[in-house]
Amino acid sequence: MDKKLRKSEKILDAALMLFSTRGFYATTIPDIAKAMGMSVGNMYNYFSSKEMLAKEIIKYSSDILGAEIRRVNEEEGNTKEKIRKIVAVYFEMASSKPQHINYFLRVYLANKEVFKDGCEGMLCVSSFVTELMIFFEEGVACGELRNQDFFSAFGLFMGYLGGFVFLSGEGVLEKDLNHYVDEIALNIYNALKH
Amino acid sequence: MSQKSTIIWLQGLTCNGNSHSFFNYPQMPSFAASFEMLYHPLLCGAEDFLSLLKSDTKFDFLILEGALSHDERLIERFGIAFYEILDVLAARAKHIICAGSCASFGGVFRLRDPQKITGALFCGKEKGGYWLEKANVINISGCPVHPRWLVETLLALHVGEKVLLDDFLRPKEVFSYLVHHGCLRNEYFEWKVDSQQLGEREGCLFYEHGCVGPMSHANCNKILWNGVSSKTRAGSPCLGCTEFDFPRVALYETQKNMSLPQTPFGISKRAYYSLAGVAKSFKIERLEKKLIDENH
Ligand code: SF4
Ligand code: SF4
Repeated sequence: MDKKLRKSEKILDAALMLFSTRGFYATTIPDIAKAMGMSVGNMYNYFSSKEMLAKEIIKYSSDILGAEIRRVNEEEGNTKEKIRKIVAVYFEMASSKPQHINYFLRVYLANKEVFKDGCEGMLCVSSFVTELMIFFEEGVACGELRNQDFFSAFGLFMGYLGGFVFLSGEGVLEKDLNHYVDEIALNIYNALKH
Repeated sequence: MSQKSTIIWLQGLTCNGNSHSFFNYPQMPSFAASFEMLYHPLLCGAEDFLSLLKSDTKFDFLILEGALSHDERLIERFGIAFYEILDVLAARAKHIICAGSCASFGGVFRLRDPQKITGALFCGKEKGGYWLEKANVINISGCPVHPRWLVETLLALHVGEKVLLDDFLRPKEVFSYLVHHGCLRNEYFEWKVDSQQLGEREGCLFYEHGCVGPMSHANCNKILWNGVSSKTRAGSPCLGCTEFDFPRVALYETQKNMSLPQTPFGISKRAYYSLAGVAKSFKIERLEKKLIDENH
């Protein structure tokens, strides 16, 4: 990977961390520059604005989560097992790299005005949504999942996981997220199965 | 070309559609200059047929129209079991040409009893139809066959050209194209704007109206029908009549899994869904509007 690209990725990581903990508006470019040990001027060589940085981050996080789901899609196994794997991957990410999912829930969904130009519709989350499309399509094609509207199924699956991670972040849950994987996977399977 | 090629046209289980399509070939005199029709069931009578059957003359083309069966209770001609006729004629023909999807794959008749009713070399997509194997068969599928597909293949063979075939033994010259190629609605397909109703000028028919143009092999939108139009140009979906699974059920509905349609031929789901998702994220006003707006 070339040097500029590597540096850009480090900036994305640093900004992601700050945005997801402090929020988009409370974080400034000087804050990010400081976290990177860079000058503010140099930061602008990489990203021309805070909004642009925010859009790049959502694509970046979506690519990372999408790649994990793609791995599940490409594995052998039935849909029931794959649901479990996707839930496990999602919760694992929420535990070990919570910034990605927090960013999605607390920055991307909460500040749509920042993303309206350039992240219309599915544009910035397409790598992740595409993998779920493939997952659902194949689940129906092999006869395991009930055929229904994509968003009804998508909302049930991702809304549930997102909501659960949110509860976990609020400190409401008594146990560790991983503890709930089997039960939640089964609930999702039962709701979506044929 | 001094010598004319000779043709015997034999019908199995058929609606006559391929015959009628063939009779609409616009350059019939030039066809007649190169070919002699020894027998066609809509043109000739029993006498011609029986004397041909009894003779041992070889001929160039046996054109089969309609689905085939070994079961004599299902088909006979002039009191003779169909399989006896077919076996005798097939042995004397240089080329066997299946005209239309029924002779090629079994078509609509096959759905009644796939064990007994098949195409010449295929039963749907499975190899093994009326014959298990045969080297001189060409399938020119379609419901009906386009007169130019048939005549141009015959002409190529008549002048000794090699006719390249695809995996379903269809001439590549015709069947390496997709119906999607040349459809006037391609821009609507790109931006995922579907027609509101059949027959409209605007919109693509892929998402709601069952169009399988992107996965159906045929050059309908390149050479057109009657030289003027095609289904999709006229605002009707391509029904995939050239494919082994024709006719499917619910032809005018797009079959979807969780709202996701089958992807175009040779395009991966990942590639297609990503691109389609991106395209759908934009609303292109020009494409939402009427092509010809009376008020502007
Ligand atoms: S109507 Fe059918 S053939 Fe035409 S662009 Fe749409 S999908 Fe392709
Ligand atoms: S447009 Fe489709 S259904 Fe119509 S003739 Fe061509 S291949 Fe057959």
